[in-house]
Amino acid sequence: MTEPTKEPVRERWKFWLTTLLVFAVVGAAIFVPIFGKRMKRAARLQQQSEEQARRELIQPVPMNPSDPRVKANLFWLSDAENSVLAPVVVELPLSSDPVLRSKQVLNTLLAGPVDAGLRTLPPDAVLLAFYILPDGTAIADFSEALATSIPSGIASEQLAVDSMARTLEANVPQVKRLKILIHGQEVETLAGHVDLTGTFVVHADAVPTPANAASTPADGKTGALIAPPSPLTQDRRTVKLAQR
Amino acid sequence: MAPSDGFDMLVVVGNPPRRKPLTTGGTAFLLFASAVTALAWQTPSQTQQPASASASPLASTTPTGQSTAPIQAGPPPSAQTQQGALNIVVLDPAHGGIDLGSRGTGGIQESDIALEFAVEVRRALEQQGFQVVQTRQGNDNPSFDDRSAIANAQRGAVFITLHIASTGLPGTVRVYVNSDLPPITTANGLIPWDRAQAPFLGLSRKFGDLVQGMLTQRFKGSPDTAQTATIRQLRTTAAPAIAVEVSSVVVNDRADLDHMAPGVADAIMRGAVAFKPLYVMASTGGALP
Repeated sequence: MTEPTKEPVRERWKFWLTTLLVFAVVGAAIFVPIFGKRMKRAARLQQQSEEQARRELIQPVPMNPSDPRVKANLFWLSDAENSVLAPVVVELPLSSDPVLRSKQVLNTLLAGPVDAGLRTLPPDAVLLAFYILPDGTAIADFSEALATSIPSGIASEQLAVDSMARTLEANVPQVKRLKILIHGQEVETLAGHVDLTGTFVVHADAVPTPANAASTPADGKTGALIAPPSPLTQDRRTVKLAQR
Repeated sequence: MAPSDGFDMLVVVGNPPRRKPLTTGGTAFLLFASAVTALAWQTPSQTQQPASASASPLASTTPTGQSTAPIQAGPPPSAQTQQGALNIVVLDPAHGGIDLGSRGTGGIQESDIALEFAVEVRRALEQQGFQVVQTRQGNDNPSFDDRSAIANAQRGAVFITLHIASTGLPGTVRVYVNSDLPPITTANGLIPWDRAQAPFLGLSRKFGDLVQGMLTQRFKGSPDTAQTATIRQLRTTAAPAIAVEVSSVVVNDRADLDHMAPGVADAIMRGAVAFKPLYVMASTGGALP
């Protein structure tokens, strides 16, 4: 007696279940692509905003065309194999403010010369912050790429530091010493060799402070990595820089 | 008699089997204490030597306070006079463990090559009668301070750290000494650990120039004299200390580097042999660079 009553109930359930399934499939077919697109767009927006924030954070100090154009000496390698620095004269509109001026010359140094083989700093390194203490000690904070992308070795690391110190010495007289940070932190070495725990003397009249001493030559020998500027290089090697 | 009374008391409380070991232990302790006391009396007489030689060029170049620093940074050059000449070379194959150092094409790793070079250098030095101590024997990575501590614990030693560059003209070798370090002494005359190299910079320069000269004879294109760099490893080393960097891991064939090892080892050995008498001369107040 119960059989006839159960059959219609089962049929009804089957009907509703099938209907629900069809709706679910149709709904999924419509909404899943839309949802996916929205997710992708949200991710893209988030990525863009992160990149934007990063770009704003690390944006190089813009050159102000109204600033007087001066001949800046930038120190890159003289040739790819000789491990010697040589000054290259570049005409730049440089600010008179020592912090801005330092940022401008260091960013130009990071941008590198036309011949990429002569660069001393890795192309993906970024100057994150720069300021000068009242005693003339400049603090330069670089992104981790300075430490991770630089060719490891005593010569290459010392040349990187020397190129920064010599460039600041030539263009920003207010900077007496240079302290290098990596991503806001003091690190023991640049890439396993050169000591970053102290400051590097930028101007020879500066009194050396903390742990390590000058990379600045006190005599001919101590500056063996740095070629003395010659009229030939200063006069003839005015170059157009690669723009970042 | 007091000690024996103490042991008697132990016997009374029923511990006879311990009597003999305790007596032996007590005697050993007394001997040890005597030895320590004797050493403590001996040390001041050694460290007084530099002060007594204050009229020498060495003493005038190296402040007396630093010369007498015996603890943190090991004995200064002038103290070596009493210890005899240079007889120990501390070899430091750089990097190791997870720190591979510079890496070149074809899987060449600085940490591996530096260790291989160290084996060659060690062999060459030992053939000349030097005692060689290595900061690492295998693929481990002692800290900078641990490596320096090995050198600073020796008397009459020089320190050589071996590196393979990732730049430079392949087939050349450069020797580095540390940049000038402002000499600083503490109130008690000790050399601060982080400036341990300061009193030895003159000797390091002399040693570095000698080794570089030998290397340049073999490897054309290398510099004539030692270069200067702010090298972390050298700063805390209280001995004449140099870094030797071979160019480079960027060679087409690893055999190119392997072929350099005997030449580098021979040049370093010759540099050490040439430096040996100068080390003594400087210690006795002779020519200090």
